[in-house]
Amino acid sequence: MPKLYTGAEIVFKSLEEQKVSHIFGYPGGAVLPIYDELKNHSSIKHILVRHEQGAGHAAEGYARSSGKPGVVLVTSGPGATNVVTALTDAYMDSVPLVCISGQVPTHLIGTDAFQECDTTGITRPCTKHNWLVKDIKDLQRIMHEAFEVATTGRPGPVLVDIPKDIQFAKTKYISLKKEKKIETKSKNRFNQKDIDQLIELMNKASKPIFYTGGGVVNSGPKASELLRELVALTGFPITSTLQGLGSYPGDDNQFLGMLGMHGTYEANNAMHDCDLLINIGARFDDRITGKIDEFSPKSKKVHIDIDPSSINKIIKVDLAIVGDVTDVIKSTTKTLKKKNLNLEKSNKQKISKWWQQIQKWRTKQSLNFVNSDKIIKPQHAVQRLYELTKNQDTFITTEVGQHQMWAAQHYKFNKPNRWMTSGGLGTMGYGLPAAIGVQVANPTKLVVDVAGEASILMTMQEISTAIQYNLPIKIFILNNQYMGMVRQWQELLHEKNYSESYSEALPDFVKLAEAYGCVGIRAEHPDELDEKIEEMINVDKPVIFDCHVDQAENCFPMIPSGKPHNQMLLGPKDQEENKITGKGKALV
Amino acid sequence: MSKSKSAYSTPTKVSKLETHIIVVWVDNEASVLSRVVGLFSGRGYNIESLAVAEVDQKNNLSRITIVTTGTPEVIKQIVLQLKKLVPVHKVGNFKREDKNVIFKEMALFKVVGNSAKINKALNACKKFNPVILDQTKKSAVIQITALRREIDKMAKNLKSHGLISVSRTGAVAMTRGAEIFN
Repeated sequence: MPKLYTGAEIVFKSLEEQKVSHIFGYPGGAVLPIYDELKNHSSIKHILVRHEQGAGHAAEGYARSSGKPGVVLVTSGPGATNVVTALTDAYMDSVPLVCISGQVPTHLIGTDAFQECDTTGITRPCTKHNWLVKDIKDLQRIMHEAFEVATTGRPGPVLVDIPKDIQFAKTKYISLKKEKKIETKSKNRFNQKDIDQLIELMNKASKPIFYTGGGVVNSGPKASELLRELVALTGFPITSTLQGLGSYPGDDNQFLGMLGMHGTYEANNAMHDCDLLINIGARFDDRITGKIDEFSPKSKKVHIDIDPSSINKIIKVDLAIVGDVTDVIKSTTKTLKKKNLNLEKSNKQKISKWWQQIQKWRTKQSLNFVNSDKIIKPQHAVQRLYELTKNQDTFITTEVGQHQMWAAQHYKFNKPNRWMTSGGLGTMGYGLPAAIGVQVANPTKLVVDVAGEASILMTMQEISTAIQYNLPIKIFILNNQYMGMVRQWQELLHEKNYSESYSEALPDFVKLAEAYGCVGIRAEHPDELDEKIEEMINVDKPVIFDCHVDQAENCFPMIPSGKPHNQMLLGPKDQEENKITGKGKALV
Repeated sequence: MSKSKSAYSTPTKVSKLETHIIVVWVDNEASVLSRVVGLFSGRGYNIESLAVAEVDQKNNLSRITIVTTGTPEVIKQIVLQLKKLVPVHKVGNFKREDKNVIFKEMALFKVVGNSAKINKALNACKKFNPVILDQTKKSAVIQITALRREIDKMAKNLKSHGLISVSRTGAVAMTRGAEIFN
């Protein structure tokens, strides 16, 4: 008779077969049998968080920096509901997560038992799929299917809800190799004709632009390499969404910077005026498009995406190529080379005019700000952080708000998987736990969470996790005592009625750091900034860096919502020069 | 130009609404209907009617027929989003005007009155294959199969003939001819 395994053992055997090395979790009554089994599986390390939301974001940071799925283990009821924000965040940003939740025993389901909630019901809209395991015989299949669903196609979170009696029940376990391979729907649905069509469009274009997104990062490091080759081969300008940063070098001359609501002047104007827009792995998010009716009105549009439902969802495109970014770019460059079309040369004249126009836009220097020698400007702080960390392989996470946009604008990424930020859901409190996950996946690398003082307080407790596991993450707080982005909108659009956006009674972050047992550093003057940043980098412990910045600084450039790309609001310097009054003011 | 105070863009022009019948083949497993229906409610799509039952016991397949109204873009999204659900096998999408597809709904009418009244009611239903499922001296239950608007009309007309209760199904659909939908 074959050996029988308990549900808890099967969970771990499946995790082992999926080569899981870390899980992020928090124990509780309904998941105790699984926690009991943990000690027997030395290849799997458990990271104990302080709140289940933290486990979810940490798993996201782990997944996004390593390319492997993140695994979360939580208990029933509040354990599951606390992880919902992180699941939704992962769903919006296409991060592969496998969340295992405990559930009350099968016979108690539906009786309003202690710590019972309808976990699969609650998480149905924020997962790619979820399962309630009602029969121990299904557990193994479901566990492996969960990893399959989370990691294939457009990645995303899944949840497996396991009642406590199923964790105790016993059945056989058949090794995955013997199991028949789970059927997967083919992700590529394009053919050579589509590629030929794309190349014809590229050949004809005189004002082309690449608009790339998180899909390039999700497709793996190979996609980034191929993208660089394609961009060099064509000589086209390239811009990236928030999530796509790093897939193309941020300091390269063909890179126009980030586009969208807080994107650069040249990127947004190029998007508006182009005659060929090639979207690679981005989804025409509303922070990118601005006003839909006036979005890139003169262009032919190509959309390369692995998810068929992304095509024509927001912007109607002329050519849709459904497939994995890596495969599509590979076919494209192969065909380009085969046809011996060196677009950079053949199109040079046509495109050179386009580049001249772009250079003109560049002279606006839309990311410029008025620096000060009395007060630290937040943009300056990010620039200094970049300059002092660019010589090493640095991983940046962020919270959500002004600091996030400044980090995206001023920190130049050269590699994919180095930039972890909550873009779709915009979850304040994402960055600290995400940094923990990143550091777990990359123990020897420098990991910095560029934070705001309001966001960081939402998941502050996780610094305790960082200390427990000696994860030397750096929390770089741009402290302006305001919910900066809220304040900015209130200043610009709500007659400076700063309703509830000022944080009274902030903690002393240096003392707070010390209370947690890590290092606190404060910088209040531009003169001391570099020295303090160096100090932060050199400490081999978690650091909370309280960087006091200008409270009144706004994040520019900015496309006011509902406005097209060519109606940007530039920084104070430009506004002064052009004396924007009347009509210009109304653009805000 | 008035100031936009919204952090979100304002809705732009909307295209014409169409009514479609969407047929979804799904694994007949727990909560599959709520996944499908949840997709509609979560993304703000309409459901005008819904019919669902297992059609293949061996393969454990159910067939869900949904009547929905939306712009052509929204209808396309619905189909693509449905195809992403793990238990969904295939999705059919038909315009209501499609001549190659038969749509039918069934209704049960309870009519109360003397036999003359009941006969009048039965007569009124003549066009829609009426079947008397139950009859007493002062009541009858009549079954008809027809299109939605025909049933709407009958339900209205029969009021004067003693109609006291209506029960009806959602639409089911089948293509004409020998071909089946793939």
